[in-house]
Amino acid sequence: MDRIYMDNAATTRVKPEVRDAMLPFYDEVFGNPSTIYYYGREAHKALDHARQQVAAAIGADKDEIYFTSCGTESDNWAIKGAAFAHQKKGNHIITSAIEHHAVLHTCAWLEKHGFEVTYLPVDEYGRVNPADVEKAITDKTILITIMFANNEIGTIQPIAEIAKIAKAHNVLFHTDAVQAVGAVPINVHELGVDMLSLSGHKFYAPKGVGALYIRRGVRIDINQQGGAQERGKRGGTENMAQIVGLGKAIEMATADVEGHAKKLAHMRDRLIDGILAEIPDVKLNGHRTERLPNNVNVSIRYIEGEALLLRLDLAGIAASSGSACTSGSLDPSHVLLAIGLPHEVAHGSLRLSLGDFNTEHDVDVVLEKLPEIVKTLRDMSPLYADRNQ
Amino acid sequence: MYSEKVMDHFEHPRNVGEIPDASGVGTVGNAKCGDIMRMYLKINDDGVIEDCKFKTFGCGAAIATSSMATEMIKGKTVAEAEKLTNAAVAEALDGLPPVKMHCSLLAEEAVKAALNDYREKQGKAE
Repeated sequence: MDRIYMDNAATTRVKPEVRDAMLPFYDEVFGNPSTIYYYGREAHKALDHARQQVAAAIGADKDEIYFTSCGTESDNWAIKGAAFAHQKKGNHIITSAIEHHAVLHTCAWLEKHGFEVTYLPVDEYGRVNPADVEKAITDKTILITIMFANNEIGTIQPIAEIAKIAKAHNVLFHTDAVQAVGAVPINVHELGVDMLSLSGHKFYAPKGVGALYIRRGVRIDINQQGGAQERGKRGGTENMAQIVGLGKAIEMATADVEGHAKKLAHMRDRLIDGILAEIPDVKLNGHRTERLPNNVNVSIRYIEGEALLLRLDLAGIAASSGSACTSGSLDPSHVLLAIGLPHEVAHGSLRLSLGDFNTEHDVDVVLEKLPEIVKTLRDMSPLYADRNQ
Repeated sequence: MYSEKVMDHFEHPRNVGEIPDASGVGTVGNAKCGDIMRMYLKINDDGVIEDCKFKTFGCGAAIATSSMATEMIKGKTVAEAEKLTNAAVAEALDGLPPVKMHCSLLAEEAVKAALNDYREKQGKAE
């Protein structure tokens, strides 16, 4: 069976060029970059080069990039590190209701340790209102953390505006840009952010490597004791092959980000328009234009998301849903509830996220198979039978 | 991860549909929680379940347990169907993941709700 992978927001396939760049670092160039002899120097050169590649991709300087193991670690470090480093000034943090759990759970943990957190609501499209951010700031506020783009519904936040507000009030601003890097152009100086989290496996690097940008002069606590690596802020021997892969992948992903986004957005819009035209009682979740170029998220009424994913899988299509059954809890996705969807509509959500390996033909196949699958499930659904009652 | 039997009943659900002149209909669950099951029973004068159909809004396990439950009570007497347990439905499906056990409970409850409806209708007829 031909299989179609449309869950690139979950993870992506490693590109062959990235894999090839990584391979020598398992055996040929195996030295510890902290050593002074040839083996170490060669590794150190590669480490430096990868750091430069990441810096260049987001408009930062090399010494503002810190390698981590993943986006979640970057978020944890940025938020806890800033909170504890500035707790003498205050204990208040501002975030949004639709952040990734890497941010929300970190904030919830800080609430147990003496910090206060404001969770800003979002509008029906998932946008944070910058005016709400400004209103929430008190003289105790030390950190604002708002994601660049939402992982479920793809909504892009007004990051530059929020950063301006944060700066005017002398509050640190962190953004989780895990879904945005490689999908939209990012320049940390133009945006004015103090910290930015990214993760390699969302743009064709392997899983297990990420980075945190920390603007020069921004003080946060160190992440991990144990060595001089990452300028003493994250001890531990560097994961060389993965870091080299991250560097190569981010360079490729940002080489022509506009052209790349245009190609993905074309497929995205065909999917959105096709689904809305072919299937009745479907709602697009997220913003129509302020949206990641690779994200489609719809609520398909009268059916449940996990059953839909299983049927799609049987048809060879890999996708995602915000239903309770796929979240492992009794509630559907916090993001879908935050944009005001009733529970039963949130249960029927479907996310299709495109990537560089998808083709227009994949879009054709999904648009052919999805309506049939929806019909099968609706014919089985008592909610559908009762819809006119 | 679902067993092969769960996937078989999910992919090819048995007895999907409605019975217009059903002897008893039961609907259980809650759309808010993501599961609704409706069970239709056609019971003859001897108290035997001649036909049984279902409609379910829910996950893979909810659909598979509904399907399995209809198979287990079809051809049985009302008294036998009364004894259907969620554990028996889950076992017949070669087990369910722990978080999905509530789906099998819903199947048991749907059958019982349909039987109650049948008895109520019987009571009114007599």
